[in-house]
Amino acid sequence: MKKKAEIVIVGGGPAGLAAAAAAEEAGVKSEDILIIERDGELGGILNQCIHNGFGLHTFKEELTGPEYAERYAEKVRQAGIPYLLQTMAVDIRAEGRDGNDAGKIKYVTAMNKNDGLFTVEAQAVILAMGCRERPRGALNIPGYRPAGIYSAGTAQRYVNIEGRMPGKEAVILGSGDIGLIMARRMTLEGAKVKLVAELMPYSGGLKRNIVQCLDDYGIPLKLSHTVVGIHGKERVEGVTIAEVDGNRKPIAGTEEYISCDTLLLSCGLLPENELSAGLGVALNPVTSGPVVNESLETNVEGVFACGNVLHVHDLVDYVSEEAGNAGRNAAEYVLGTGKREAASAAIGIRPGPGVRYTVPSLLRLGHMQEEQVIRFRVSDVYRDAALAVYFDDIPVMKVNKKVMAPGEMEQIKLKKRKLEEYPELEQIRIAVERAVPPKA
Amino acid sequence: MGGMETENRNEVNESRKRELVCIRCPIGCMITVTQQGDGTLGITGNSCGRGAEYAEKELTNPTRIVTSTIRLRNGKQAVVPVKTAADIPKGKIAECMDAIRDAELEAPVRIGDVALADVAGTGVDIVVTKNVEADMGA
Amino acid sequence: MYDVIIVGAGVSGCAVARELSRYHMKTAVLERASDVCEGTSKANSGIVHAGYDAEPGTVKALLNIRGSRRMEELSEELDFPYKKNGSLVLCFEESDRGKLQELLERGKKNGVEQLRILEREELARMEPNISEHAAAALYAPTGGIVCPFGLTIALAENAFVNGVEFYLDTEVRKAEKTGAGYRLETSRGIFESRTVVNAAGVYADVFHNMVSSRKIHITPRKGEYCLFDKAAGDWVRHTVFQLPTKYGKGVLVTPTVHGNLLMGPTAEDIEDKEGVYTTGEGLAGLLERGALSVRDVPAGKVITSFAGLRAHEDGGDFIIGEPEDAAGFIDVAGIESPGLTCAPAIGEYVADLVRKRIPAQEKADFIAGRKGIPSMALADEERRQELIRKNPAYANVVCRCELVTEGEILDAIHRPLGATTLDGVKRRVRAGMGRCQSGFCAPKTAEILARELAADLGEISKAGGKSLLLTGCGKFPHANSGKTVREAGHIDGHIRQERGEA
Repeated sequence: MKKKAEIVIVGGGPAGLAAAAAAEEAGVKSEDILIIERDGELGGILNQCIHNGFGLHTFKEELTGPEYAERYAEKVRQAGIPYLLQTMAVDIRAEGRDGNDAGKIKYVTAMNKNDGLFTVEAQAVILAMGCRERPRGALNIPGYRPAGIYSAGTAQRYVNIEGRMPGKEAVILGSGDIGLIMARRMTLEGAKVKLVAELMPYSGGLKRNIVQCLDDYGIPLKLSHTVVGIHGKERVEGVTIAEVDGNRKPIAGTEEYISCDTLLLSCGLLPENELSAGLGVALNPVTSGPVVNESLETNVEGVFACGNVLHVHDLVDYVSEEAGNAGRNAAEYVLGTGKREAASAAIGIRPGPGVRYTVPSLLRLGHMQEEQVIRFRVSDVYRDAALAVYFDDIPVMKVNKKVMAPGEMEQIKLKKRKLEEYPELEQIRIAVERAVPPKA
Repeated sequence: MGGMETENRNEVNESRKRELVCIRCPIGCMITVTQQGDGTLGITGNSCGRGAEYAEKELTNPTRIVTSTIRLRNGKQAVVPVKTAADIPKGKIAECMDAIRDAELEAPVRIGDVALADVAGTGVDIVVTKNVEADMGA
Repeated sequence: MYDVIIVGAGVSGCAVARELSRYHMKTAVLERASDVCEGTSKANSGIVHAGYDAEPGTVKALLNIRGSRRMEELSEELDFPYKKNGSLVLCFEESDRGKLQELLERGKKNGVEQLRILEREELARMEPNISEHAAAALYAPTGGIVCPFGLTIALAENAFVNGVEFYLDTEVRKAEKTGAGYRLETSRGIFESRTVVNAAGVYADVFHNMVSSRKIHITPRKGEYCLFDKAAGDWVRHTVFQLPTKYGKGVLVTPTVHGNLLMGPTAEDIEDKEGVYTTGEGLAGLLERGALSVRDVPAGKVITSFAGLRAHEDGGDFIIGEPEDAAGFIDVAGIESPGLTCAPAIGEYVADLVRKRIPAQEKADFIAGRKGIPSMALADEERRQELIRKNPAYANVVCRCELVTEGEILDAIHRPLGATTLDGVKRRVRAGMGRCQSGFCAPKTAEILARELAADLGEISKAGGKSLLLTGCGKFPHANSGKTVREAGHIDGHIRQERGEA
């Protein structure tokens, strides 16, 4: 087992693969990169996302998850970048905090059946562990705790990888994309999906999925509804759903019993940051992902983050793009090629009203490319609104948006030359505002 | 299968009215399509040409890509994912799934391998979407 | 003909089985669930009570003190998680100080050592997250916490290696007195025994009433709990109880031996002996009352909630012993709190009662010790390397939240009385106990179970019975028999082994 690498990438899903390929293209020798993947193959969760709709932005064609994953896996194999499969990273540390090399050397401890427990020394680490699904416990749904309650992703694995069906009749709680996709998938495989209940007054999924996964099959979507009871001691026998009020509390008298043997939960995704937290990476409480600067670098020098471990994306194309940036930045870091201009103070990027968070949340002019993409999600459904950008308190940009929804990621682009016009700038703020009236 | 559909008959002419959500972009226009007795379509609610195109296609010839899995013998996975190589008529989805359910492949398989030719008489092939090696231990 | 049949493989039944396994007796345990520790023993607070609650002089008080004192030693002997973290009873009103003093006096009478009253200042130093409403507290340094599954499974395994037979998925349907003893009709045929130990939890009244005219009545008293993420595990270090207040009987807030935080239980008398459901009101009320004890309850860190049923007998006390009209039928009934604490003492006490009926020699080759399953999560690097050298499966992580490896899961399956279900694996090695609550590891664990038990994935269940994981057809309709591994005949419910194998 090789004990040293320039860049260790934790996670061999879409983010890790794109980061690895980009780092190699940026000049890091392939053998100096190491991908650590816990599954038995590269590609991560894409391997079970067998539906189409991936890659429209990147490849201008509509691929399935495994096909999209294979394009990047093939890149990595072609480049000869080493990777370890069925290997779990269990700890990351940054050492030498007090000396000249303060925090510069990272130690990634991992284990697998072939190599046992081992530690790899690295200059840079790219966090690409992805995200996990919010479990039932976090929702605290009352009732029994029988078999037949699955997160949508777990059910997806059973159906698409094992060829097994979790149940015959299902109710789905949460209209996240995986839930919508699984509604169609279960139906096509012969199950009856009785309904999808969504706590919020709007769906968290893509419009296209609501139409093609629910409407096509006549599956009702009940907005502002939730599951308030699970019945069946051994196996799910039914659920009680109820309408919720504006505070998302169930309204008495609206309860309805739905018989089913399966409850799928698609109630959101959470970046998987146990390793990051152990390393001392500062996390954003809104995204549960690391706080990063324009280089996608965390507060721990030489530790970068990309993909769903950073913030949950709606499209994998954006994951690949972001991960490519992380890979290039990590390459610059280890090769010392980055234009590390005289230390420039970091400008904070803050979410204003209607914006939940931004990635990145710090911007150093000296490290900035000509253009910087800021990605974020809005906190509600907005029609005919605008995105406004403030440099400190000066309004500098306003873009009208016909519709914005929390389920779809938004972005704005900042130009370096524009920023350079404000040398005293301390904070950039992005907010949802009323649309600019059309010019007469 | 289909979105909200209402039959709307009047004495002079028969017309069908249907409402659909456009999925061509995130805006999600609510489009109303009225089909006159003579077959012509009246499309309202769309904010661009792509919406009209979508609505017309959905009413006259709705098609979908179908993705599923097929049993795989001696593979590292029990099933392999597949898709229709092109979109097929919505009305053929059930028949297509029946054919997929009966099919079986032998590992190894590569992306693009034809699993079923001309599925359900659509002229479209079912193709493999994942490379799966044979399981030497099997 | 058995010498002793124990009905129920909860903590009481297993404790009795373990004590009886010291003697030359033909002993069997009958359990209707597919594993041990499936009833009240699996859903409780996991507390080792110091012993100040029970009325001095009662059997409960005696067993509590004895059990509490035995627990530490037993945890070393049988290798299960136990920690003496100390407990606090909070007093919120100055006017309630008298009650605190009463508890102190009662505890002293019961023989609880080191009890003392803490004033606000010292209390706040010991527990920085304690609520500002707490005026004073009774401090019991001998209070502790234990893993209820760990304890029950350890007792069962040890009883098993010492020759006790276990019949799982074996439901007793009828009990009747015969000339020679008792005849039990079960879902797996007739069993005859000279004596019976009735440790059937919330069903103990049903069996008692089949053989005795002196009826007893057990009410399932439901308790709901919230379990918090390990990130909130050090919210408190001691087990924090409340004196009853005008808001009702208090709830406790405690760390668990595995480093989570636990809050509960509610108390609701119900009819249904299977009614282990949680309610919206119950859980909400729980968090509210927990907030009396600790500041800023980390409600967002709840990873699961559950409900258990205490076996509350109308008389309110333990019923341990023979009814006057049913010699040789030994009740272990009404074992509610502090039943878990008492278990080691109940085992000894009941074994003595049995021996009065069945005088048997002590075994010279009794195996007193038991080694638990090694934990990669708890092991230091050297130990981890050693385990991996022994079996590389210890390097294959299956449960990421709790860092449980394939090696440990294999141990859980292949041990004496090994796991045959997802819950069985979970309770032995914690795969699926973490913050993702098995979303990630359940399919992998199910696959390992299927492989190791030579069963089909479709036969793997959460907890036996009708709790199959996969009930749909899928691409392999032939595989879906609708039977569990045991029903399909891959494993036998009658588990017996020659002595000496551990």
